[in-house]
Amino acid sequence: MKALVWHGTTDIRCDSVPDPQIEHPRDAIVKVTSCAICGSDLHLYDHFMPGMKSGDIMGHEFMGEVVDVGAEAKGALKVGDRVVVPFTIICGECDQCKRGNFSVCERTNRNGHIAAKAFGHTTAGLFGYTHLTGGYPGGQAEYVRVPFADKTHVKIPNGLTDEQVLFLGDIFPTGWQAAVQCDIEPTDTVAIWGAGPVGQMAIRSAVLLGAKQVIAIDRVPERLDMARAGGAITINFDEESVIERLNELTNGKGPEKCIDAVGMEAHAAGTVDAMYDRVKQAAMMETDRPHVLREMAYVCRPAGTLSIPGVYGGLLDKIPFGAIMNKGLTIRTGQTHVNRWTDDLLRRIEEGQIDPSFVITHTVPLDQGPEMYKVFRDKQDGCIKVVLKP
Amino acid sequence: MRYETERTRRRGHADTATDTLARGLGLFSIALGIAEIAAPRALARALGMKGQEGLIAGYGVREIATGIGILASKDPTPWIWGRVAGDGLDLATLATALEGNNPKKTNVGIAMAAVAGVTALDVYCAQTLSRESPHPLPPMQDYSDRTGYPKGIEQSHGAARDFEVPRDFRAPEAMRPYTQPEAPQRPMPSM
Ligand SMILES: NC(=O)c1ccc[n+]([C@@H]2O[C@H](COP(=O)([O-])OP(=O)(O)OC[C@H]3O[C@@H](n4cnc5c(N)ncnc54)[C@H](O)[C@@H]3O)[C@@H](O)[C@H]2O)c1
Ligand SMILES: [Zn+2]
Ligand SMILES: [Zn+2]
Repeated sequence: MKALVWHGTTDIRCDSVPDPQIEHPRDAIVKVTSCAICGSDLHLYDHFMPGMKSGDIMGHEFMGEVVDVGAEAKGALKVGDRVVVPFTIICGECDQCKRGNFSVCERTNRNGHIAAKAFGHTTAGLFGYTHLTGGYPGGQAEYVRVPFADKTHVKIPNGLTDEQVLFLGDIFPTGWQAAVQCDIEPTDTVAIWGAGPVGQMAIRSAVLLGAKQVIAIDRVPERLDMARAGGAITINFDEESVIERLNELTNGKGPEKCIDAVGMEAHAAGTVDAMYDRVKQAAMMETDRPHVLREMAYVCRPAGTLSIPGVYGGLLDKIPFGAIMNKGLTIRTGQTHVNRWTDDLLRRIEEGQIDPSFVITHTVPLDQGPEMYKVFRDKQDGCIKVVLKP
Repeated sequence: MRYETERTRRRGHADTATDTLARGLGLFSIALGIAEIAAPRALARALGMKGQEGLIAGYGVREIATGIGILASKDPTPWIWGRVAGDGLDLATLATALEGNNPKKTNVGIAMAAVAGVTALDVYCAQTLSRESPHPLPPMQDYSDRTGYPKGIEQSHGAARDFEVPRDFRAPEAMRPYTQPEAPQRPMPSM
C-alpha cells in the first residue's frame, strides 16, 4: 500500500510499504477514506519532537471503513462500519480510561517504559507519533491497523460527509477540550494564541460555550480572516502589542481565560526572549520555545485559567512562575481525551450547531502529501488545513 | 530581527537564508578589516601599492565598522548597502594599481576578481533585504465566509450552554468570584 513515511528532518515521502495485518485479537484494519495533516505532525516534520525513526508512517487524524476485525473486537465493530479513529489509542479498562482521561491510558503505549523515563509515567499510545508514545504506524496511508479497536473508534452514521466528521479524531475535540478546560462563564473573555486549525476550533468552541468575547492572536492574514469569520476579535502580533491590546479589550483587567493553541514552535518577532530561546535551543539546553506561555502568564487576569492544548516536548526555560503563583492561575493541559467528547460533538454537528469542514483549504491525493507538509508548514497559498485522499 | 521577504513574511517564517548570508558578510567584513589593519605593509607589497599603507589600514577600519553594524543592528539592510559602496571604492582603488608599470599587476587582477565576487553577493543580499515589506500584506485568500456555523453565529453563540463541564475541568469554586465582574459581593472579613 501507499503511505507517507518519515525519513528524517523535513523528509517525508510517499512510499510503498507492506499492508498492515491483524496482530492481536482486539485489532481492526481500517481502509482510510480521508486523513489530514495536523499541526502536531509539523513538530515531527521539523523534528522538534524526539523519538522518531526513519520508516515511521505518519498521520493521526483519519477515518475510513472497517475491512477486517480481530476476534475480540467483533462485538464492537464489524466489516463495513464507517469510523473515525481518535488519535489517542485507548483500552477503556484502566483506571485512567474509566475516569475519561483517555490520553493518559495506562495500557496502550507499548513503549510505556520509555515514556515513563521521560515523563515519570506512561501516557497513551498515539498513532503516527513518536516512539515515546508507542510508535504505532499512522493513518496517512491506504490502510491502518487500529489496536484496541473495540474501544478506539467513533462510529459515524451515514448522511454526514467525511469532511464534516474527520476532525472528530483530533482538532475538533482538541479545540473543544481547550475551551472546556476554561470552564467558560457568559461574562468571560477568552484569548486564544494561534489561529491554526486547533485555534480555529477553539474559537468556535468558545463561541458555542457562550463566551462574551473571543480574541484570536496570530500573524497570518488568512488565518486572522477565518478567525474573524468565526466571531473572534483579532490581534496581529506582528503589528500590535498583544499585551496592550488584550488589556485594552478587557478594561485593563486581562482576559479571564487564555488558550495556547501554538505550542513549542512559537514564533516571536524581535523580542529579547525569542533570541534567548534560539540560542539556548541551538546549544541544546532547551527543547521548546515557550514565548506564548510567558505572554499568557503575564496578561491573564488573576485567578484566571491557562488552557494549553499546544504541544510541548521537554524542557522550558524562563517561565514566569512567580506570576502564575502569585496571581493564583489555574493551568490545564494535556493531549486530548478524544473519546470523552466525541458523542456530544457528533450530535452538535448533526444538529447544525457547527460544521468543522469550514477549516479545510486544500484537498489533494495522498501522494501529494509530502509537498503539502511544506505548504502547510510555510502557510503558503492560504493553507490552513490539508485533507489527503488515499 | 526582520529578515523576511514578501515571499516569506506571510508564512510566519524568517527568511533564514538571507539572514545567514547577511551575518556571513558581516563576519567577512570584520575578518578582512582585521587583516588590513594588522598587515597593511604586506598587503601593499603584494599589490605593488607601496606608500598606500595608511589608506589600506583606513579601509580596514571601515570594514570592521560595517561588519559590526551588520551584526549588531536590528536591520542590516543599510549596512549591506554600505558594503556595496565600499566594494566600489575598493575596486576603484585597486584599478589605480593597474596603471603604469606595476610588476604585481597579476596579483591586483586576482584581488579585483575576488572583490567583484563578493560585490555580487553583497548586491544580491542587499536587494533581497530591501524587498522586505514592513507593511501588512492582504490575505492571499478570502475566508471571511468560513464561519463554521451552518445556521449563523447568532444561533450558535451559546448553543452549547447545555453542556455540563465535568467536575475535574471546572474552575476552582474559591476562585470563581474573583474572575466574575458582577460577582455577588461577599462580606469582607473585618481586618
Ligand atoms: N493537545 C492535543 O491533543 C493537540 C491536538 C492537536 C494539535 N495540538 C497542538 O496544537 C498546536 C496547534 O496546532 P495547529 O494544527 O493549529 O498548528 P499550526 O502550526 O497550523 O498553528 C499554529 C499557529 O500559531 C501561530 N503562532 C506562532 N507563533 C505565535 C505567537 N507567538 N502568538 C500567536 N500565534 C502564533 C502560527 O502563525 C500558526 O498559525 C500544535 O502545537 C499542535 O501540536 C495539540
Ligand atoms: Zn494532531
Ligand atoms: Zn486505558
